Amino acid sequence: MIKLDSKIPSGPLSEKWEKYKTGLKLVSPANRKKLDVIVVGTGLAGASAASSLGELGYNVKVFCFQDTPRRAHSVAAQGGINAAKNYKNDGDSIYRLFLDTIKGGDYRAREANVYRAAEVSNQVIDHYTALGVPFAHDYGGMLDTRSFGGVQVSRTFYAKGQTGQQCLLGTYSSLSRQVNKGTVTMYSRKEMVDLVIIDGKARGIISRNLVTGELERYSAHAVVLATGGYGTVFYLSTLALGSNPMAAWVSHKKGALFANPSFIQIHPTSVPVLNEYQSKLTLMSESLRNDGRVWVPKQKNDKRHPNEIPEEERDYYLERQYPAYGNLVPRDVGSRAAKERCDAGYGVGDTGLAVYLDFKDAIKKQGKKAIENKYGNLFEMYEKISGIIPYDEPMRIYPAGHYTMGGLWVDYNLMTTIPGLYAIGESNFSDHGANRLGANSLMQCSGDGYFILPYTIADYLADDIATSKIPTDTPEFEKAEKAVNERIERLVNIKGNETATSYHRKLGKILWDYCGMIRNEEGIKKGAKLLKELEEDFYKNLIIPGTGAELNQELEKALRVETFFEIGQLMCQDALNRKESCGAHFREESQTETGETLRKDEEYAYVAAWEFKGEGKEHELHKEPLNFEFVELKQRSYK
Amino acid sequence: MKVTLKIWRQKNAKAKGRFVKYKLENVSPEMSFLEMLDYLNEQLIKSGEDPVVFDHDCREGICGACGLYINGRPHGPEKRTTTCELHMRSFKDGGTIVIEPWRSKAFPVIKDLMVDRTALDEIIRSGGYISVNTGSAPEANSIPVGKHLSDKAFDAAECIGCGACVAACKNSSAMLFVAAKVSQMAFLPHGKPEAADRVQSMVKKADVLGFGGCSNTYSCEHDCPKGIPVEFIAKMNREFFKAKVCKQKVE
Amino acid sequence: MGDKRIRITTVSQKYIMALAGIFLMLFLVVHLSINLLMVVGDDGKLFGQAVQFMLTNPLIKITEYVLFGGFIVHILLGVILWAVNNRARPVKYSKSLKTENSMFSKYMIHTGVIILIFLFIHFFHFFFVKAGIVPIPEVAEGDKHDFFSMAVVTFQNPLYSFIYLVSFVFLGFHLKHAFQSAFQSLGLNHNKYTPAIKFIGTLYAIVISVGFAIIPIYFYFFY
Repeated sequence: MIKLDSKIPSGPLSEKWEKYKTGLKLVSPANRKKLDVIVVGTGLAGASAASSLGELGYNVKVFCFQDTPRRAHSVAAQGGINAAKNYKNDGDSIYRLFLDTIKGGDYRAREANVYRAAEVSNQVIDHYTALGVPFAHDYGGMLDTRSFGGVQVSRTFYAKGQTGQQCLLGTYSSLSRQVNKGTVTMYSRKEMVDLVIIDGKARGIISRNLVTGELERYSAHAVVLATGGYGTVFYLSTLALGSNPMAAWVSHKKGALFANPSFIQIHPTSVPVLNEYQSKLTLMSESLRNDGRVWVPKQKNDKRHPNEIPEEERDYYLERQYPAYGNLVPRDVGSRAAKERCDAGYGVGDTGLAVYLDFKDAIKKQGKKAIENKYGNLFEMYEKISGIIPYDEPMRIYPAGHYTMGGLWVDYNLMTTIPGLYAIGESNFSDHGANRLGANSLMQCSGDGYFILPYTIADYLADDIATSKIPTDTPEFEKAEKAVNERIERLVNIKGNETATSYHRKLGKILWDYCGMIRNEEGIKKGAKLLKELEEDFYKNLIIPGTGAELNQELEKALRVETFFEIGQLMCQDALNRKESCGAHFREESQTETGETLRKDEEYAYVAAWEFKGEGKEHELHKEPLNFEFVELKQRSYK
Repeated sequence: MKVTLKIWRQKNAKAKGRFVKYKLENVSPEMSFLEMLDYLNEQLIKSGEDPVVFDHDCREGICGACGLYINGRPHGPEKRTTTCELHMRSFKDGGTIVIEPWRSKAFPVIKDLMVDRTALDEIIRSGGYISVNTGSAPEANSIPVGKHLSDKAFDAAECIGCGACVAACKNSSAMLFVAAKVSQMAFLPHGKPEAADRVQSMVKKADVLGFGGCSNTYSCEHDCPKGIPVEFIAKMNREFFKAKVCKQKVE
Repeated sequence: MGDKRIRITTVSQKYIMALAGIFLMLFLVVHLSINLLMVVGDDGKLFGQAVQFMLTNPLIKITEYVLFGGFIVHILLGVILWAVNNRARPVKYSKSLKTENSMFSKYMIHTGVIILIFLFIHFFHFFFVKAGIVPIPEVAEGDKHDFFSMAVVTFQNPLYSFIYLVSFVFLGFHLKHAFQSAFQSLGLNHNKYTPAIKFIGTLYAIVISVGFAIIPIYFYFFY
């Protein structure tokens, strides 16, 4: 029986982490090089953790499935990274950053974790700057910040629309430095396919060499997962095509609890689907809503060209429904409103699944030049994808799956329920509650990797200094490798006639329709059932050319799709269980009179952590109650 | 639309490759180039053939994973566009499209259109960083950075490491890649202490790895999907000269 | 970590190449200005004086050796760079590179080789005579420094005039890239000055090739 112990230290909020840190055990420099640590994933979280641990002197092994660590999808983050520097003298503080994040997450995150993330945010900015990340500076040579959705201060540091790229390349450079020094060994094009547990502790991984197809064993004293989220479960999302939760999921099946799987953020402004073979939805930065006005025709199925629809026949529905915030409502609200209009038949474009984002008035008022200065690169990107010039006619946008707040359950040390297995960055559930605020993801990933994990992992490793290298020729490794082999053989031998991608597309559609932006009991149940049926079909009709013992991109996809079927089921189960609406999780049964999210704090102010009980068995729910000692729970309103 | 594809197929690093022709119908002009290849692969798989292998990931032009040599140009005919951002509307209906992998001694082919670009990582490992340990950074605003300098540094830092510069260069030179990193860090005050060592070891590393030298052809700049200008190569040359004259030795 | 295999990096080579190139470009200016004295219409009197000066001034003597060094370094490095660069792409593209930038730069080795061949022919006509390797032609009446007479004979031969003219065209192409390329190699690329450098480079290439071309044309048609 698993008992969840979040290990949250007592005491005042602002002293928790400082005090806790001083109480953590240390590993002496001489002992560090005897200790192996595996880090899976090289995004902001993974690369920062690996380089920091390498600098400390641990013997680190880092894995990524891409050809180089610099491809990790942190690279695609656009807007910025938050920190409580208060450089703008606008009343920002660690406490305010904490408060905004808790509120933005609709009160479903842990106070202590969020406060700590805010606390280390300033150090993160210092560190990136020192690494040569070219954040925007103002003319006096000081760092510039901008404001971002959902807050009233200007605390977002940025490097044009490529902040994620610049931060990632910063961490990649420090990772490269450690590789050069020999403290970190880089394993590219290797995908973790299983976790190895010895005597109840995480002691290694099985990875698949994506070039040769071989299964390889790697051992360590501790394993850190920094493998990102599972947003690609929808197939079409703003994520990279390779992004996948397999590493986290196989760990879950080995005993790590999975928390709040149904909390997925849908971003309101992405380029909509344009063709049936579309593989990806590209994000258009949130900042566009500062000047763009969202509308649909007042008439259903209006097929006229947008420029031919007169002003009085346009429905600026966000401005109509939310006069106070207008086009600048938070992500979840904006997404749901767009879906509601399209479902009611007012959608535009060939598919009817898009709304207009119009810059006509902004261009008229500020001039084309001003708009070009602000959004030139985004307009160019949009034109490349859609062939439409947004200066001449409105953009078409639609919501897309973007970020998963849910993930592996971790305690205050970022350790999962498997001793020695850590989850950092998006792969854990920790800091964003039911909805993540813009620019908070880079902050959390970096904080976890640079300034939290190196402390907490030492506390665990301190007890392991007498443990010599973990051998990989043990029965545990043997068994894990055999299981993976069987898994692969099973898939390869189906020899049906439908590709993994085709299943992925279908399963994504099911989840999008029944467990997406708007959910209800009946729909979720139906979705889960359809998913089950599709999964059965998958095991009958999947086709994978070639074998497992070679470079086989179709097999890679199939293994991931297999994971999505299972995680999709758990998403449904979690969504069904949570009969309240909060943040990105909107249950039709639980809404205010005006159609907004309605939380039920007495019943659902907890983290839903799910335990895997074996193939074909029901997951078991564990509840970690969320105790709000420092903030008062309120209903959000944007009217 | 209809297209004829001439694609380089190569079983593995050691095998001899060859071009194979495929005729593809019902291609939508709205498809991205890679979606067109997905579509081809779907048909190949169903007819029992080996699908075409290529690298790709983010499909929004920022990760740098994709990179195909299309009709004689890295990343295809459009300027400042990665392969994944390229759409079929840029091609003629009924036309032939020749697709090859990046060709360079330093980028051995792994399979079909997939090449090994670890050499670029190795260049970064040889010095493309600022040696700051976690925890030791000073307050971010304690070192002012002029706006023009941070902007310049950003322009250089935009490199996505796709290798198009190498693919485009008649010499397979990686100098634009090296120069982008050297310049980024040389513009910033934080990068100054190591500037001399950095430029020397990175330049040397690129040579050792088998990339050619720069002969100022500038096709790298022309085909760089991020439009990184060759003025950074000049900057690198300048940095290199400074380093040599100051007699900094590379250990 | 040092690697012993590469002693001079490609960037150092470029520096040396550019410096040698700039030196050669300066030489061309001197060479051209003296040569143009042939066409002033005084049957080579002024030109003869200039030649005398060049032959007797000790500084020029020393420079001559430097010049040879410059040629050799420039040519050797050019060949080495070409070989290294050629090796960097063992498997070529089936579709040749469609580069829109700086097409002259792609053919530096080719134009370079043509110029080298031309140089040999040119040496046969003039320099080797002076050096005593080639017998003094009759017109010079035993004076191995009577370059004016030698020029007259050479350029009244249509074949030689043609070869010279064609070579100057290639020299122009070579210089067109060389001039701004040398600045780039030396790290002198600045958004304020580079457009001017490029313009001057083109002008320089035209002036040098047209300037030299005047001489065979003058002797063939107008002398």
